[in-house]
Amino acid sequence: MSAIRGAWRRVRQNRVIAISGGILIGVVLVAVIGPLVSPHDYLQTDFSNILHSPSFTGMHLFGTDDLGRDLFVRTLLGVQVTIIVALVASTVSLVFGVLYGAVAGFAGGRVDAVMMRFVDTLYALPFIFFVILLMVAFERNFFLIFVAIGAVNWLDMARIVRGQTLSLREREFVQAAQLTGVSFTRIIFRHIAPNVIGVVVVYLTLTIPQAILVESFLSFLGLGIQEPQTSLGALVDAGVNQMEGASWMLLIPAALLALILMCFNFIGDALRDVFDSRRSR
Amino acid sequence: MSLLTVDNLSIHYGNEVAVNELSFTVEDGESVGLVGRSGSGKTQAALAMLGLLPGSATVTGRILLAGVDVVGANDGALDELRATRAAMVFQDPLQALNPFVTIGGQLRRILIAHIIASENEADVRVVEMLRRVGLPDPERLFHAYPHTLSGGMRQRVMIASALIAEPELLIADEPTTALDVTVQAQILELLDDIRDNTALLLITHDLGIVAGHCERMVVLEKGRLVEEGRTASVFSGAQHAHTQVLIDAAPRLDRGEVLSQVAGKEVLDIRDATVSYDEPGHGQLKAVQSLSVAVKQGETVAIVGESGSGKSSLVRAALGLVPLAAGRVAFCGNVLGSTVQSRPVTVRRNLQLVFQDPVGSLNPQMKVQAIVAEQLLVHGPGLSSEERGDKVVAMLKKVGLDDSYLGRYPHELSGGQAQRVAIARALIVEPKVLVCDEAVAALDGSVRKQILEVLSQAQSESGLSILFIAHDLAVVRSISHRVLVMYMGRLVELADSASLFTRARHPYTKALLEAVPIPDPTAAGGYATLAGEVPSIMNPPSGCAFHPRCPHAKDICKTTRPSVRELDGVTVACHRAEDI
Repeated sequence: MSAIRGAWRRVRQNRVIAISGGILIGVVLVAVIGPLVSPHDYLQTDFSNILHSPSFTGMHLFGTDDLGRDLFVRTLLGVQVTIIVALVASTVSLVFGVLYGAVAGFAGGRVDAVMMRFVDTLYALPFIFFVILLMVAFERNFFLIFVAIGAVNWLDMARIVRGQTLSLREREFVQAAQLTGVSFTRIIFRHIAPNVIGVVVVYLTLTIPQAILVESFLSFLGLGIQEPQTSLGALVDAGVNQMEGASWMLLIPAALLALILMCFNFIGDALRDVFDSRRSR
Repeated sequence: MSLLTVDNLSIHYGNEVAVNELSFTVEDGESVGLVGRSGSGKTQAALAMLGLLPGSATVTGRILLAGVDVVGANDGALDELRATRAAMVFQDPLQALNPFVTIGGQLRRILIAHIIASENEADVRVVEMLRRVGLPDPERLFHAYPHTLSGGMRQRVMIASALIAEPELLIADEPTTALDVTVQAQILELLDDIRDNTALLLITHDLGIVAGHCERMVVLEKGRLVEEGRTASVFSGAQHAHTQVLIDAAPRLDRGEVLSQVAGKEVLDIRDATVSYDEPGHGQLKAVQSLSVAVKQGETVAIVGESGSGKSSLVRAALGLVPLAAGRVAFCGNVLGSTVQSRPVTVRRNLQLVFQDPVGSLNPQMKVQAIVAEQLLVHGPGLSSEERGDKVVAMLKKVGLDDSYLGRYPHELSGGQAQRVAIARALIVEPKVLVCDEAVAALDGSVRKQILEVLSQAQSESGLSILFIAHDLAVVRSISHRVLVMYMGRLVELADSASLFTRARHPYTKALLEAVPIPDPTAAGGYATLAGEVPSIMNPPSGCAFHPRCPHAKDICKTTRPSVRELDGVTVACHRAEDI
């Protein structure tokens, strides 16, 4: 059994991962199915039911907001956006960050120096400033927020993978491959990438909550998702304004956000234990 | 009553049995060797004697150490027992010493913690102890940190810290395995001299050490005691087959045929090779200096020297893994580019390398099949995947592995099996030259012997040339046609095996030969004829780099570097080669 498969077996046996994963899958399913079965949609305003507290009458399970929109549907829409942010951030970070780091670390020398200085430059850009700049330069757009988060998230991954690759490059099996003339691409894909996978998976599950938080933060500031679209962060922002009269507007999206973040963090921690080589017996 | 009585000791980890019903004794002042292959349970047994096993181990049976049952003892009693009754010297002294505490600080702690000496007396006793273990300038070393010491000096410090509380039993777990052969001889000699009445339990895989330094020996196989007796009688007539296997597998410097020279055309020619590394802030480190050696077809040339002698740098430069600062490498008459990338694929196919760490040289995420077949993707592009599969199976068979290994991952292989896979990977493209960088150094005696047999068979079948790096002359004696001895990056002697092993021309070669322990209690061997250790290569001695350690050194050796010259068909660099 390879180290990866051994780790996979331990993943399946891990209770923390099973419970957190189960909750996450449950939340995603509800978020996808809920809006379809609800009698309301996210745009529909009902001025006779403004700031209605959660109840089964009129099927406003999570109540309504100050425009009389059904919060059950809007909150689930927010969860969808949050999950999409998580997926986009992790994909960018995985594909671009890993490849960039592996190439820089393996090529070494001047190539490495140039590539990593580019990363440092991006790091040095103040993030909020960067986002505002994007917003100004382009039309306000649903995808711009993903671009912004993705553009920042792969940096950490690239650095981590580069560090791992630097030490792998000195390992004898990589030298053996180089010596006999195995191609650069094949060394990256067959020898380097599979051996950084453990670190990558762990780091990935820990960057997802980071990305979600950043999105919520931006939306909270009004820089993120624009009305009538919504996200958990935007909902929390709206909830804060109505905190005194309609506490559910704040509590429900905030609790869901916390639940999702907690699940990802627990999974990340559990995966770190699983991939820890000292425990691999 | 015996000092140490091990009675029916068993150690389990879950369902794994590490030690199985082991019983033996050590008397006062006696030296006993605990021998076995790696994984035979010898270290586990030793750790149990001091109550050092991890919590996951289940220990049954009795261990009586100076009247105290270690198995049932509480932490307080164990603390008292360690250091004052029995102490341990570990294989890797750097890991056993705290890098943030001075040598003196570590040693005086022992005295003070066990209330053996007062604060004031402790310092004096520590300095005295450091002097007794043969460390130069003990007052200065008292304030030195471990990383500033060489490996041999660190091991002396370990011995000092083990003996400072005057224990009755000293347990030494492979105390010299990490050291060069000449330093090993010094440390073993020290252990013999310094013990006085302290009993010694010496754990080792090297039967040569046991033959020279232990009165009795206990042989373990898979956690079980298979033989016990006086060293001399065990060597002269082993009762158990496994003991005989161990004895036979130990390399002998004093007997056996040496290979005669081969006549063939030169395949690999290294001429005036110089390899240097930039050390930021320190200038240039000259790892190899104008060294020439050629390998003929079907010939094995061994490269021998202590660590830091530049032997790895030399072959790595020949392979193009590190650039040459000067000189050239030619393959079959064609001068090669300095980097491996600049060399044509056919050349790269013909120069293959086998590494020291067998498991580390195999990608942990690839199966044996894929590891061996990868070379064919580069060097046999026309082959179909079935043809590749057949070739892999045939190659593995040649190195002694059947096709049940194809689907295994490296961590499911033993060291010997992994090294066979590494050799199969190198040989599947039918290279002309195979470079083995300490390829058997990490392996047990009998496995080592099998791997050497695999290599010589490959050589006789295909006329393979082998460059074989080793730090131990005994290992290479049976397989090499010629031997190159290096010291601090320079050639000191290059000779055919027959002359080198019968009459070494260089004092360094001679010292290396004498330092090798011989696995026979009646034969002489394992003498520490060299004092000191290899000097820093950043700051080499003047004249002949070897002169500070050389017993034959004269004034000229201190001022003038000896040129490399021919003497009776032997290449040697020594002013006094005629007299030796």
